[in-house]
Amino acid sequence: MGLLDHIPHQGAEPSHRPWPRIVVADEGWRAAIDQLVEGRATLLGFWGESAAVHMALLEAASAELAVVTYECASGSFPSVAIHHPPALRLERTIHDLFGLVPTGAGDTRPWLDHSAWGKSWPLGHRNGARDAAPYDFLPAEGEGLHQVAVGPVHAGIIEPGHFRFTANGEHVARLEQWLGYTHKGIESLMQGASLEAAAKLACRTSGDSAVAYGFAFALAVEAALGIEAPRRAILLRALMAEVERLANHFGDIGAICNDASFALMHAQTGVLRERCLRAADAAFGHRLMMDVIVPGGMARDMSSYGIPAMRALLAEIRKVFPRLIELYDNTASLQDRTVTTGIVKPEYVRQFGAGGYVGRASGRDFDARRAISYAPYGALSFEVPVLEAGDVNARVWIRIREVEQSVALIEQILDSLDDPGGLQTALPPRIGRGACEGMALIEAFRGDVLVWLRLDHELRVERCHLRDASWFQWPLLETAIEGNIIADFPLCNKSFNCSYSGADL
Amino acid sequence: MNALRDIFSQGAQMLLVLLLAPLLTGFVRKVKARLLRRRGPPLLQPYRDLVRLMRKDVVLADNASWLFRVIPYLMFAGTWVAASLVPTFGNGLLFSWTADLIAIIALLGSARFFQALAGMDVGTAFGGIGSSREVMIATLAEPAILMTVFAVAMIAGSTQLPNVAEFMGSSAVGLRVSLGMAFVALTIVALAENARIPVDNPATHLELTMVHEAMVLEYSGRHLALIDLSSQLKLLLYVSLIACVFVPWGTATADAGVAALAVGALLYLGKLAVLGFLLALFETSIAKMRVFRIPEFLGAALMLALLATLLRFVSGSL
Repeated sequence: MGLLDHIPHQGAEPSHRPWPRIVVADEGWRAAIDQLVEGRATLLGFWGESAAVHMALLEAASAELAVVTYECASGSFPSVAIHHPPALRLERTIHDLFGLVPTGAGDTRPWLDHSAWGKSWPLGHRNGARDAAPYDFLPAEGEGLHQVAVGPVHAGIIEPGHFRFTANGEHVARLEQWLGYTHKGIESLMQGASLEAAAKLACRTSGDSAVAYGFAFALAVEAALGIEAPRRAILLRALMAEVERLANHFGDIGAICNDASFALMHAQTGVLRERCLRAADAAFGHRLMMDVIVPGGMARDMSSYGIPAMRALLAEIRKVFPRLIELYDNTASLQDRTVTTGIVKPEYVRQFGAGGYVGRASGRDFDARRAISYAPYGALSFEVPVLEAGDVNARVWIRIREVEQSVALIEQILDSLDDPGGLQTALPPRIGRGACEGMALIEAFRGDVLVWLRLDHELRVERCHLRDASWFQWPLLETAIEGNIIADFPLCNKSFNCSYSGADL
Repeated sequence: MNALRDIFSQGAQMLLVLLLAPLLTGFVRKVKARLLRRRGPPLLQPYRDLVRLMRKDVVLADNASWLFRVIPYLMFAGTWVAASLVPTFGNGLLFSWTADLIAIIALLGSARFFQALAGMDVGTAFGGIGSSREVMIATLAEPAILMTVFAVAMIAGSTQLPNVAEFMGSSAVGLRVSLGMAFVALTIVALAENARIPVDNPATHLELTMVHEAMVLEYSGRHLALIDLSSQLKLLLYVSLIACVFVPWGTATADAGVAALAVGALLYLGKLAVLGFLLALFETSIAKMRVFRIPEFLGAALMLALLATLLRFVSGSL
């Protein structure tokens, strides 16, 4: 227990699985922050309850996880963000939702709360309304600087978000994001929901990662209840997760090229993405494979068309994709746009614990499938591509390499899908003692998704927190654009392709 | 008699460019879509869009000045007159004696000046960005096209397009290095002037990368229809200009009969189709360049045109 040795605590919460959760006092909280600041631990998540805040930590060296809890007896907790910036937006969210006050915080502006809810602190004990004040953007002053406000309504059909550029002509001096426009109140809807309803909500947190969220939620419930899904269900979950990854990576590679006005690649990868979605529809009855994964296993089996559809998909990708890679690599005008554009520094990636292609393109070698090696990935062989350059081009190449790995993974899964077998482990109707808590970390196509939940004795969700990978990627986009020109922002943004919906909750 | 025929020829030409311009844009879009394995919008879609916009109400920003409302008409008038000065199917143009190549460039330059003003009029950030980029492109494209005009005019001995076309169609012209350079320079300028890839993307939805579209974001209704039609006319103008100077064969001479005019018209349509196809093919095979690469790209055009002019000075046969 390397990680917890340095954090003074009384003992671990017995009903929290599979990783320990400890309750700490001021001293322990401070020690946990020190672990983050000194880089021994990475912040995986930071969320609140009506009278407590939790931090999920990952020890970089041993891939060991733990949750640290601070009980806010007086409605406040010592600010983490003032020492460790990656926690900032999560900390502001905790205040918006629960009214818990981070003491000593530098930035106390609201984050998700745009004064449009009709009340303040919807999940907290405190009542009262906050004055609707205009949002203060960070100042950037100097001769020749001017502001360009973009969004939340954009010229294209994309999710809403506001970007405030301070620029000197074409050169960007500062970018500040303001998100929260797609806030749906998922955490509040989760409270008191049945497992069935909660699983559906989880799938809808970010539509392009429906499988990953469903998978993570199911794993967290199974961990809390101490059960395991049957082997066939586990394999099919991984199959769906890889098909989802393929579809999204194809979409992204094309969309990045399209933002450099190279529509040819977009058209070609669009065909591949559509084939993935159709294969998913043939196999699981839904193009985005929503609501197929349920706690305990799968809602339904793969149809009889599934295996031939998947094999045909793999054959098509093997035939077409190498030519597209060649097209990408040999189009000088396209390379001129992507190489050295939007560089993310490796130290930021490490500090923020950015997952997915954003982290791996800047040298952070982390993939939850390998680090946690949740079932069935421990039994499958695959590589995790890592690059150092950190530019748009590197993020494209990580996606290209991951497509190749996913194709190999699907092949392995199809080969090991032998006997029909059971699909669902029965859930206990109720649990004897009080609440039980579970947690899961899953590699979605964007990066790691964390789900933490507590179930009451009737298996209703008491509290569930879903943390999208984008929480730790959005802030890096602000750093990536610095020193670039305004016209290159769409390209950088698309290469990140962060989720608005997933981070706005 | 001659005057009557010239009036008829000029009138026909003015109507023709107006009617053909949306078709050329529709054709280029269609070819691009087919190259991307898409079905694409119908060829006549640009006409329908214009009709739709004409029928719609104009939505004006509260702080739009009178200039903002007048500019679409100025742009349209300037571009239309310029487009009708380029010989299409026949050389007998009434106006050509008062307006030559330099006048065409001046007309287009004025239209662009007004457009850049309109982009800044309402005071939105995007309009300002668009205007500043447009003017950056213009400061490089205009010298390049003027040098090209000088090169061509020195070879042909005239700046009047009918004379140039007649000379280029005759056997006197021969194979010249300077003409090849002028052709490349004119093509580069044409891409930049018409907001095509790799300088600008006419189909983009990314407001931060727009040049032309950013300036006209605030326009709607008949104003937008006129601006769109001006852009379509400008594309037709440049394609006609390249056709007229570098592939002038088949263009009816000033004193030609009806049959020759018909042949000229058919050949003209063929030239438009070929050049439009080449444009679509080029746009499909290349990505848009970084904003700060555009000066290098247009600088190449300027240098080529300059070299072409110099070569003509050095040796009469080059």
